[in-house]
Amino acid sequence: MKILGSEITPYKTYLNRRKFIKGSLASAMLATVTSSAFANHDSDLSIYTKNLNENDKLNSYEEITTYNNFYEFGTHKKHPHLNSGNFKPRPWTIKIDGLVKKPQTFDLEKILSNVTIEDRVYRLRCVEAWSMVIPWQGFQLSQLIKMAEPLSSAKYVQFVTVFRPEEMPGQQKRTIIWPYREGLRMDEAMNPLTILATGLYGHEMPNQNGAPIRLVVPWKYGFKSIKSIVEIRFLDTQPETSWETLAPWEYGFYANVNPNVNHPRWSQGTERRIGEFKRRETLMFNGYEEEVAHLYKDLDLTKFY
Amino acid sequence: MFSTKNFNRSKPVLFILILFPSLLWAYQFVTGNLGVNPIEKLMDELGLMALRLIIITLMITTLSNIRPLKSIVVLRRMIGLFAFYYVCLHFSTYIVLDHFLDMQFIIQDIIKRPFITFGFISFLFLIPLASTSTNNMIKRLGFKLWKRIHYLIYPVAILASMHFYVLVRADKTEPVIYMGIIILLLLHRIFKRLTRPQLVQ
Repeated sequence: MKILGSEITPYKTYLNRRKFIKGSLASAMLATVTSSAFANHDSDLSIYTKNLNENDKLNSYEEITTYNNFYEFGTHKKHPHLNSGNFKPRPWTIKIDGLVKKPQTFDLEKILSNVTIEDRVYRLRCVEAWSMVIPWQGFQLSQLIKMAEPLSSAKYVQFVTVFRPEEMPGQQKRTIIWPYREGLRMDEAMNPLTILATGLYGHEMPNQNGAPIRLVVPWKYGFKSIKSIVEIRFLDTQPETSWETLAPWEYGFYANVNPNVNHPRWSQGTERRIGEFKRRETLMFNGYEEEVAHLYKDLDLTKFY
Repeated sequence: MFSTKNFNRSKPVLFILILFPSLLWAYQFVTGNLGVNPIEKLMDELGLMALRLIIITLMITTLSNIRPLKSIVVLRRMIGLFAFYYVCLHFSTYIVLDHFLDMQFIIQDIIKRPFITFGFISFLFLIPLASTSTNNMIKRLGFKLWKRIHYLIYPVAILASMHFYVLVRADKTEPVIYMGIIILLLLHRIFKRLTRPQLVQ
């Protein structure tokens, strides 16, 4: 069964759950204590496990929040968890510009009051050949695109991460060109699998995972799922993206998970699921072939990797 | 002035100090205390340790040019053999834990991925070095030939640092520092070579 955890939680229920978590002792500790206390997070895992594919198991909150690639907080996997304490995800706005009816800046709260927050359990496959299964909360990107009212000439969407070197120590060093940028083709952006996530495991999005709002595109390598988004631009040409700019022979614009297209540094045929000992086979489009393969039927995936 | 005796006395302590990290990581690995991706962590730590030890052996040779530290060279063999020990652990972690003896995959990986190619050749070059690191071998081969074989440490060091450099995705500061040190040490040797014949004449 290729069900993708699109079980819908009505926004009200979601808020109630959020309130419960806020009130609990675990979350009080969570604000101050490190990973060991994280074990005590949300109560009922069945909310998420019922959306799981038969071969998948949820990764723990600790795994998801202590092993991250988020170079804004440092290049080591543990850096985002260790260095993101000073980041302030609220208040937050998202600037909408480019080919839209009317460029405008949305308050995040306003966006959230206009969308349906759902639980989505997705596999996340990193280009470095490791993967996780993460229970996100978020809403379809298509909902925000509708609010943004793009012109018919808009063919691509570009996303930009916040630039705050004083709160994001990794940005004080020019490891990559800041701010981080990513992009999608319009039809990819409108695909029902593509979400903007605002939480995981029922918590507000942790800073190290891209607070307060990030993209999740489960059939693409993790670096496409840009974090802490402050700007969304609609364009008629394919936008530059950060990793492609840095090393075009290694990272392409599409970056679809594809076991048949090798990366010069990592074989993409297999992956290590965090928490498992033996590697497993990597699935075409990260197992979301049924939902997205049609987007690329006219594209040579070895050329447009 | 430090005598050979001084350095020889420090050997047992050094031995334990250099061995200790491998025991610690093995213990942490078995008890599940190497973080979320323990195999990757183990491989990274072992590889970095090996590279650092290789660089230290090069440094020892340079340091032994300084009069009072002349005898430090008696530590070189032990540290060199430890470098080989860590490289072996690093390589077997890759073969056994990371790829579960999937030899077909591993061979492809070594051929196709430049950074693995660099690392693998570096490992191969270390084998003759390690296997000739006994007094008996020096005698059997003669000092001249033995020394020639041990020039392999230069490609070993360069390849090992390239292995690290290519592996890092964005912030290359650390591998660049190691490469820089290796280049400086090699330049010093070349400089010494160029100046020596004139003295003999």
